[in-house]
Amino acid sequence: MSGVGLGDLLFYIVAVITIISAVGVAFSSNIVYSAFSLLGTFMGVAGLYIFLAADFVAVIQVLIYVGGILVLMIFAVMLTHRIADVRVSNRSVGRLPALLIVACVAGVMAKAVLGTGWHSIPPGTPSPSTYAIGNGFLGDYILPFELASVVLLAALIGAVVLSRKELKEE
Amino acid sequence: MSIGLAHYLVVSLVLFALGFYCVLTRRNAIGILMGVELILNSANVNYLAFSRFSSGQYDGQVFAIFVIMLAAAEAAIGLAIVIGIYQTFHTIDVEATETLRG
Repeated sequence: MSGVGLGDLLFYIVAVITIISAVGVAFSSNIVYSAFSLLGTFMGVAGLYIFLAADFVAVIQVLIYVGGILVLMIFAVMLTHRIADVRVSNRSVGRLPALLIVACVAGVMAKAVLGTGWHSIPPGTPSPSTYAIGNGFLGDYILPFELASVVLLAALIGAVVLSRKELKEE
Repeated sequence: MSIGLAHYLVVSLVLFALGFYCVLTRRNAIGILMGVELILNSANVNYLAFSRFSSGQYDGQVFAIFVIMLAAAEAAIGLAIVIGIYQTFHTIDVEATETLRG
């Protein structure tokens, strides 16, 4: 084993794509560019999931994040039009204090990540995970699963109630 | 050195830091929601990385799916609130919505 293998190289490419898109989301001054950078981040994270042998979660990520949440966000950007004026204006918390806070938090977390000897096992060969996840949902995690369906129903009704137009009869 | 747990944790850390920065600096409500999505994604990467490299079980994947589910609910409600704010205040700048300030 010498040098960097093809799998490692692919991992680095996907990770760099993810991070560059996330930088675009965080630093772009136009909300539309941020929304489209978010697409790159979500797809990159889905790629990372595939590297982590989580095929089902990767597909769910593409379906729900890219197909659902991102489309919803772009709709919201378009509905609250005046796209050009809604700029990043940083009056109360400027960029510099925010960078400082983020640097402190990230520094502590980096120390924790790199300084801890994580318990680690040799990863097994990737195998289809759908069967085990389905068993988990309807076995050990049946109560959270049912609660999540109630939460989704409440969110559905809540979103409809919040976003409908009031009919004012005057 | 082959790809291990630390690589994924570092990627997730960078995603978290960018999302946190986004939440702190954006004054656009949709931008803040995008930052929250970045943070949730970084948490998911952590779940799956620990699931693969530390436990070998599928519990991490199950929890990642729960996180995605709740992120979908959060995005739907959050964006509905943003639309409501826009209809009331005609802006989605979170600095402008200070009616409750005494």
